[in-house]
Amino acid sequence: MNKPTYGVVLFHSTQAAIKAEKILKEAEIKIKLIPVPRHLSSDCGICLRFEVDDVLAVKSTLASKNVQTARIHQL
Amino acid sequence: MIYMDNAATSYPKPDVVIQAMTDYMKNIGANSGRSSHRLAIEAGHIIYETREAIAELFNISDPLRIIFCSNVTEALNLAMRGFLKPDDGVITSSIEHNSVMRPLRALEEEGVEVTVVNCSSQGFLEPREIQAAIKANTKLIVLNHASNVIGSILPVAEVGEIARQNDLLLLLDAAQTGGAYPIDVEAMNIDLLAFTGHKAMYGPQGTGGLYIREGVDLKPLKWGGTGSRSDEERQPDFLPDRYESGTLNIVGLAGLGAGVRFVLAEGEDNIRGKEKNLTQKLLDGLTNLKGVTVYGGLDIDRQVGLVSFNIDGLMPSEVGFQLDEEYEIMCRVGLHCAPAAHKTIGTFPTGTVRLSLSYFTTEEEIGKTIEAITKIASK
Repeated sequence: MNKPTYGVVLFHSTQAAIKAEKILKEAEIKIKLIPVPRHLSSDCGICLRFEVDDVLAVKSTLASKNVQTARIHQL
Repeated sequence: MIYMDNAATSYPKPDVVIQAMTDYMKNIGANSGRSSHRLAIEAGHIIYETREAIAELFNISDPLRIIFCSNVTEALNLAMRGFLKPDDGVITSSIEHNSVMRPLRALEEEGVEVTVVNCSSQGFLEPREIQAAIKANTKLIVLNHASNVIGSILPVAEVGEIARQNDLLLLLDAAQTGGAYPIDVEAMNIDLLAFTGHKAMYGPQGTGGLYIREGVDLKPLKWGGTGSRSDEERQPDFLPDRYESGTLNIVGLAGLGAGVRFVLAEGEDNIRGKEKNLTQKLLDGLTNLKGVTVYGGLDIDRQVGLVSFNIDGLMPSEVGFQLDEEYEIMCRVGLHCAPAAHKTIGTFPTGTVRLSLSYFTTEEEIGKTIEAITKIASK
């Protein structure tokens, strides 16, 4: 089995990252809060890692719940 | 010992509040929004879950629009100082606490026009009086939801409708109602909601906050580190960080979250129902006593769980001292930080004796309190 490749969502605020974590968990999307990777500049110290196949689900779920994101990167 | 001073701060607190605070102190302890290790994230969860519980309590759609402050006074200062500019007009009522009046008087010295609308001697406000006070420069209406002196409840939804129709903002001071009386920021058209954590929301002292409706921008009350945009020397413009500089009172917020979840689990209707019943008993017991004057409308549907009274020939301080010394009943006496309210009800400068109950007050305690006041009044 191939190891999944990941993307990350960056947020302006830690509290926004935590809000997003909660919403994506409720939507049963596999995510994890991780420190922002060193090579990505960031607005807060944590970001949400997701499996890259879920990128559309992540985007649409967050948009539907009006969660503001800073940027989305593929790792 | 009978604690009848819940309008100053509620006591006791639910056990879950103490447990949540102890759990944070013992097992988590970290700061939030600065580092990214697991304990920092745990602390962030606690803060967010407290926001979420408060959002549910007040029907706020986005928990991130709740700003935590050290108390409702700071929240009111942030709202009023952050919004009003010189030459703006603001309308308030004559039964406000000094947490509203003093910031407004300070703003008046800076050129803000303050209009105080009179309430009745029973502490009630006619919405049309607000309508009549609106001028071309009026920007904001500031009201307390219930008087901390006589417990009268103001017609917030009606004033909210007036505010909406006239394109004004409504700032509500929910110090005496948040948790004990239903508040819905949408149904009541509340743009700014200032609340305290340590009264009927059953959190510890040092907690409170401000809800800011989307589209309303305030100047911050303080600037500083937020953990976000650390490369920038300018204050961030997103919420909650814009208004939450410096480390939060995380242990306090852990307790506040547990307190609000307690309120949600017990049910606001049950809490209000019990407090109404107790307040009615207290009113019934005191209003017919010879030599005792009870203030307010004596209308339980328009009164929160506090009752102000005086005994003929005795200063409030003497009554309070006797209640404490001889009966171990604790209450508050005097002016209750609201001189305008006392002028409105005719008890300035002497003040009143104020009994205030909570969800934890028992019928037996109410009975003993009435008994003690009966004895003091008949001496």
